[in-house]
Amino acid sequence: MSDENRKKFLYINRKAPYGTIYALESLEVVLIGAAFEQDVSLAFIDDGVYQLMANQETAGVGMKNFSKTYRALGDYEVRKLYVEKESLAERGLTAENLMPIVYEDEDEDYAEKPSLIFVDRSEMAALIQTQDVILSF
Amino acid sequence: MRFGIVVNEGPYTHQASDTAYRFAVAALEKGHEIFRVFFYHDGVNNGTRYTVPPQDDRNLQKLWSELAEKHGLDLVVCIAAAQRRGILDANEAKRQGKDGDNIAPGFRISGLGQLIEAGIQADRLVTFGD
Repeated sequence: MSDENRKKFLYINRKAPYGTIYALESLEVVLIGAAFEQDVSLAFIDDGVYQLMANQETAGVGMKNFSKTYRALGDYEVRKLYVEKESLAERGLTAENLMPIVYEDEDEDYAEKPSLIFVDRSEMAALIQTQDVILSF
Repeated sequence: MRFGIVVNEGPYTHQASDTAYRFAVAALEKGHEIFRVFFYHDGVNNGTRYTVPPQDDRNLQKLWSELAEKHGLDLVVCIAAAQRRGILDANEAKRQGKDGDNIAPGFRISGLGQLIEAGIQADRLVTFGD
């Protein structure tokens, strides 16, 4: 698809992964949307940063652990996952608490590169400003 | 302008569907086009014809159905979200071996691709949710 027909899609994830269904159903949109070859980014703000926590364990709450799906996003050409630094800090989290998420760069012999991009609140606002379509979950 | 509308909450618990409906009415009155209304998450519950709210309250499902009939609106309920929440059309009921369907007039069940397409085709995609 030519660039002029591509729109910038931003999926904003604001909620923790298991207390509500928003995170799971957001991922379902992202995976289906990947087939449309748009310019896709994901943003994680507020409690949405919890979606990326390493070592998620859901047996105790009896829910499907869908955290592995985030690590597979690179296979769907979804390579830009923006994480808001303030949202992490407000929850006592650092980048080390999150899953390593990478994609394979076909232009550099499929070298693994990080998909997580850490931005501050003003950078996040600037990113949102540049988007064509925003889906907020 | 051509709008796409996303409704992410069911009727009554949240105001989202009411506000989306009023937005749709206002946009149409102003001569704008609505490419599609997409119901996702609990928003799919707007599309069951089995809701029976008290007579002195609004019936959101009926309001949507009537608006769709009047303006030829495309009201799409996400199939994956609908299956989780028991919203079925005749085909799905048959396919899933269920004894009945409940989709309301003017609504149709389809996939998430319809949401992405609305984002691509509309000038503005407006989300109503929690």
